[in-house]
Amino acid sequence: MGHEVVLLASHVSMFGMRARIALAEKGIEYEYKEEDLPNKSPLLLKMNPVHKKIPVLIHNGKPICESLIIVQYIDEVWTDKAPILPSDPYPRSQARFWADYVDKKIYDAGRKIWTTKGEEQEAAKKDFIECLKVLEGTLGDKPYFGGDTFGFVDIALIPFYSWFYAYETCGNFSVEAECPKLILWAKRCMKKGSVSKSLPDPHKVYDYLLQLKKRLGIE
Amino acid sequence: MVSKQARKQREMAEKGVKLFGFWASPFSLRVKWALKLKGIEYEYIEEDLKNKSPLLLQYNPVHKKIPVLVHHGKPVAESLVIIEYIDETWQQNQLLPQDPYERADARFWAKFFDEKCVPAIMGAFSKVGEEQEKCVKEARENLKTLESGLKGKRFFGGETIGFVDISVPWIGIWARFVEEIVDIKLIDAETFPLLNAWFQHVLEIPILRECVPPQDKLLVHTTNFHKRLTAGST
Repeated sequence: MGHEVVLLASHVSMFGMRARIALAEKGIEYEYKEEDLPNKSPLLLKMNPVHKKIPVLIHNGKPICESLIIVQYIDEVWTDKAPILPSDPYPRSQARFWADYVDKKIYDAGRKIWTTKGEEQEAAKKDFIECLKVLEGTLGDKPYFGGDTFGFVDIALIPFYSWFYAYETCGNFSVEAECPKLILWAKRCMKKGSVSKSLPDPHKVYDYLLQLKKRLGIE
Repeated sequence: MVSKQARKQREMAEKGVKLFGFWASPFSLRVKWALKLKGIEYEYIEEDLKNKSPLLLQYNPVHKKIPVLVHHGKPVAESLVIIEYIDETWQQNQLLPQDPYERADARFWAKFFDEKCVPAIMGAFSKVGEEQEKCVKEARENLKTLESGLKGKRFFGGETIGFVDISVPWIGIWARFVEEIVDIKLIDAETFPLLNAWFQHVLEIPILRECVPPQDKLLVHTTNFHKRLTAGST
């Protein structure tokens, strides 16, 4: 069967990065279409009418939405190499649990850091670090969240690494000072081509954030 | 015909299946439904949410919530994660389809319901005035979207009950209480004929129906819950 694969994403979106990493891990050829988020393309609106968000994976004309659902889809279709989820049900459930934890906690906590000031921002920083510490705790001494091989939870979390510099600069703190083991893990992930090619330069992310803040009227 | 060996294997797998739940929790109910549909024997442990057991806190230290499924001593938390685990461990009566695209679709709708419908309904339930109106409007819009996902099928899973069918229809019961207690129109049959028909199809199934908590007890519980949520607001 021929595979026609298109990915609609935005280069600074952590969620888009997840899809790109998964595609790269599997060695899948695809067409990348950068979306200008204030000016969403008719294709995006047609392919994701419910959420109107990126990323959207379009496989042989059919859309798949929501980044973790996309990653699981990729893993279930391209089974010949680089398994992303473990094969055994229990570790699979743990991988899903932790990816869900990242989804529930990290984005919102990070967002609060650059959208607030003063006491609110201090609380946001504390919350963000606490969540990272929980993740650091579950990582333990393993090289990756799933054990010896790079997998689902690593893919769910590593894109946020490209945003750490932006969060740190806005909030005046250091993730490495608080969670050194997590940074070691991140650097390990960055050694993989699939990751380093999918994550933008953190300084570019920060520049994007400054533009975004201006547009949203946030100081 | 189930061979002796297959039956023994099944018994081994079922040994030590525990569910920590709460009688009035729809998330607990979802997991019960999955277990019932698969014919899995389990031990049910009722948690007092105002006084959570040390065992629960040990099994779910991250969220400290029910439901938690414990299988051979190993805990799984988060209802949709639990259901996928159940589906993968016990292969009979598959809940998720085989086709990856359809699987993605099922996961999409369950997630949409949890992230877009439930919070809006909770908002409609716990807020007042303009804020409440906003939540009601959002809830109804999102429920309409959910209805469109059904695409005229009897169940989200097609001809048979699947992942979305056990994850969502509890709202058919709970929404009635919300409507009664805060006097709003939420999932009325006129506006949502297909959604209501779908709820009926699922709730008609005897092994699912019998898991639903008694309506009178649930109404009292939900009323008290509402009082607690709105205490302190005018």
